[in-house]
Amino acid sequence: MELFRNVNVDWMGKAKYFVGLSLILLALGGISIFRNGGLRYGIDFRGGTLVYVRFSGPPPIDKIRDGLKAAGLPNSTIQGISDISNRGPQSDVVIGLEQQGQGDESLDAGKQAILDVLHKTFGTPDAAGKPDFNSITPSALAALLTQKDPLNLGAAAGDRYNQLAIKLAAARDADHGGIVTSFDQLKNVEGATPAAITTLANNFSLGNFTIRNVEVVGPKVGAQLRRQAILATLYALAGMLVYIAFRFEWVYGAAAVIAVFHDVLITLGFFSLFHYEISLTVIAALLTLVGYSMNDTIVIFDRVRENLRLMRREPFPEIVNRSINQTLSRTILTSGLTFLTVLVLFLMGGEVLRAFSFAMVVGVVVGTYSSFGIAAPIVVVWHKYRGQGAAISAGSAAEKRVAAVRR
Amino acid sequence: MNPQLKWKFIFILIVILLCIFGLVGLPEFPTSFAAVKQNLAERIKLGLDLKGGSHLVLQVQVDEAIGQRCDQAVDELSKQLHQKNILFGEIRRVDDTHILVRNVDPATSANFRDLVTTQFPDWTMAPAAGETNGYLLTMKPSVVADLRKNTMDQALETITRRINALGLTEPTIAFTGRGDNEILVQLPGEGDPTRAKSVIQAGGQLELKRVADDQPYPSEIAALGAHGGVLPPGAEIVPGKGESTAGSPAPAQVFYILDRAPIVTGQDLRSATTSPSTNYPGQYQVDFKLSTSAAARFGPFTETNIGRRMAIVLDHRVYTAPVINGKIEDSGMIEGSFTQESAQDLALVLRAGALPASIKYLEERTVGPSLGADSIREGVRASLASLVVVMIFLVIYYRLSGVNAVVALILNLIILVAFMAYAGAVLTLPGIAGVILTIGMGVDSNVLVFERIREELRSGKAPASAVSLGFDRAFLTIIDTHVTTIVSAVFLFLFGTGPVRGFAVTLVIGLLANVFTSIYVSRAIFDYHLSHMERQAELSI
Repeated sequence: MELFRNVNVDWMGKAKYFVGLSLILLALGGISIFRNGGLRYGIDFRGGTLVYVRFSGPPPIDKIRDGLKAAGLPNSTIQGISDISNRGPQSDVVIGLEQQGQGDESLDAGKQAILDVLHKTFGTPDAAGKPDFNSITPSALAALLTQKDPLNLGAAAGDRYNQLAIKLAAARDADHGGIVTSFDQLKNVEGATPAAITTLANNFSLGNFTIRNVEVVGPKVGAQLRRQAILATLYALAGMLVYIAFRFEWVYGAAAVIAVFHDVLITLGFFSLFHYEISLTVIAALLTLVGYSMNDTIVIFDRVRENLRLMRREPFPEIVNRSINQTLSRTILTSGLTFLTVLVLFLMGGEVLRAFSFAMVVGVVVGTYSSFGIAAPIVVVWHKYRGQGAAISAGSAAEKRVAAVRR
Repeated sequence: MNPQLKWKFIFILIVILLCIFGLVGLPEFPTSFAAVKQNLAERIKLGLDLKGGSHLVLQVQVDEAIGQRCDQAVDELSKQLHQKNILFGEIRRVDDTHILVRNVDPATSANFRDLVTTQFPDWTMAPAAGETNGYLLTMKPSVVADLRKNTMDQALETITRRINALGLTEPTIAFTGRGDNEILVQLPGEGDPTRAKSVIQAGGQLELKRVADDQPYPSEIAALGAHGGVLPPGAEIVPGKGESTAGSPAPAQVFYILDRAPIVTGQDLRSATTSPSTNYPGQYQVDFKLSTSAAARFGPFTETNIGRRMAIVLDHRVYTAPVINGKIEDSGMIEGSFTQESAQDLALVLRAGALPASIKYLEERTVGPSLGADSIREGVRASLASLVVVMIFLVIYYRLSGVNAVVALILNLIILVAFMAYAGAVLTLPGIAGVILTIGMGVDSNVLVFERIREELRSGKAPASAVSLGFDRAFLTIIDTHVTTIVSAVFLFLFGTGPVRGFAVTLVIGLLANVFTSIYVSRAIFDYHLSHMERQAELSI
């Protein structure tokens, strides 16, 4: 099977449209970022508190908002997470709180405040003397089971209650998404006899929410993490530039890095347009797309280098066109497959990977496009400029380039 | 098969066997799928974001320890100056590493300089700017550096002891960050770090001090006022919790005047345990026993001070100030409305020893176990789904050669995962991102080679030479793309933080495996195929 054969497109002739398209995309992103008052940084980079809560029913966002307002936390954000992988009636809500003050007070003040509001609004099962099964740890569960001894094992119990507690907690967390609404749901757990279930029902209550994830980052750490992520990325880009300059010519390195930079900027613009936050995981995605886009660009440059040797009499833009056309089949295939991969990830990967896979979906498209739309034209323009300045014929210029490459 | 190819396959087989061994292990070779899964779970370390648990970054206030050293030097120096009858105007701490001594009597200034150089080798001395007969003492930078390092080491040790005493599974406690004062604590499986946090942060500095005035005062000013506004020498004012007296409720805060020098400190403890309180039913108390040498001091002290008060000071706060009723040899107790758990935690902190400086939390992340389980399941499911789609496509598009690519991809993943198991590397969510990029580049390498072979075939080459040329031509491209990405990953590892590093580690391992599988292994399979093929037959690509 073959999809592309003998393609003959004048890519460099369309370069001005590509540049125009890129400028429009960059402008769109820039305007969006400007209108939103800058990029939306996640807790990682901004400092503050995030609490992910899972409710057993639909998200009671209004109740949470009223509770937070009553507690004097009006600056909080509440966001429901919809997810195609959500099972049944459960819902997830993220409650965020900006870092308050200069961080001299205790770091987790925000977290405590949010937890207090949740317990006040949705009841504190612990208060009734029965701990909440949905927020108990396996070790505490094991301690209680050992004390009540529903299987009448006595001293022979040994490790059995620990094992049972771990299995019960695993069933709760893995099979029921962390929140059990009826103790009957635990019937199928290995070793959970009716007597054990009855003991659970008598000694535990079932809260209607559970804390899934808490992130608290101090403001200084946030700034430090941001600086470090930017620095690491810049160093990585510089490293790539040096290597490509060493393997090709410096202008190839510069073109590749500019193209990659362009990809990152456009992806950030899309983040702003679609209201995604930039977290450390997103940085990993941006780095992935940097690697991917660079890969794509090098494949084309490699072909240009090879064709320079074979087609000495051709004008340089024609060589670049030919190289892009020759690698087009590979480009479409690889990009298509990678796009498919990240699209699956975007749709199925769950809430944690959502922003990450969004960056990848955008990045794969932009990264592929920038290789022929941005990186190649830069090299062509530079060669044209240099060729005119030195007033050498196309042929001898190509020879000179070959010599430079062979060095 | 020619001998060269045979050796290639033997080498590939050895690599595969080593990887499988790394993943599932010998000698108890797993017999069921569940056993394989179990072994795999044991060998691949998951990061907290996938496993659930607490991640804390804390900062040790190292400057406090330096300031304390400076205070001690001020105390010691003024004592020595008095003893040696060296007259001076004032001695005070300027900042954490500087002491200023003003108006040293010129007649004794030679003695002063002599004293400092012989008795205070940690300090350099210079005439203070803008002072006549004034001297500025500066702590030597090497001493400051040593002190910083010791403080950090001691803090790490103390925190490790405390966390180990809490009995949590597989905690990680390590230095972190670019600054030299941060410690990372990771507690896998710990869904609520509140208790661990308070145990880590507790100062744990226990001191028993004589109460100078038997009376507590309602405010600092009142305490000073009782002595005409000047503290008696060697005394200090320490806040404490009020105790209820007959008829009146306990005030929220009172102040005691205590001797500055403690009788015994936390370092003199031999043990600390808890028991139900004898005086307050329902509450708990912490009982402690003193070492023999401390008991030798404590016994005579209590004997001569019967009827007076002694303060139990924890982290510069008076917990209780009981009246000494008789001679106490080597045991005591702390009471103060403890629950069983808070009493146990305090006993634990006392046993583990005091922190050399206080601690501030910079970062706290808790991933609930259900979220971790979801992330793994969804991440793995999505990765597998996309991998299957990609593989099906490769086989349809490249036919038999596509099978070759699928083998190379699977082998690539096996090597990547096995290497991570061997190296003890931790798989995190960004690490999965690295795996995805690895798969992407693995597919790309194969596609590059295959497209190149097709080109050569189109130009009329025989299968054998087309394969050979295809690999040779694609080789440079594959090396260039891989080295570029590895270079960037190395920089990310060197300059990045936690998650970025996790990404870099998987990426480097994955790409190295990729070069091996997509060039070496894939070529070997092609060569094998070609050597068994009719000379004129068509290559299935």
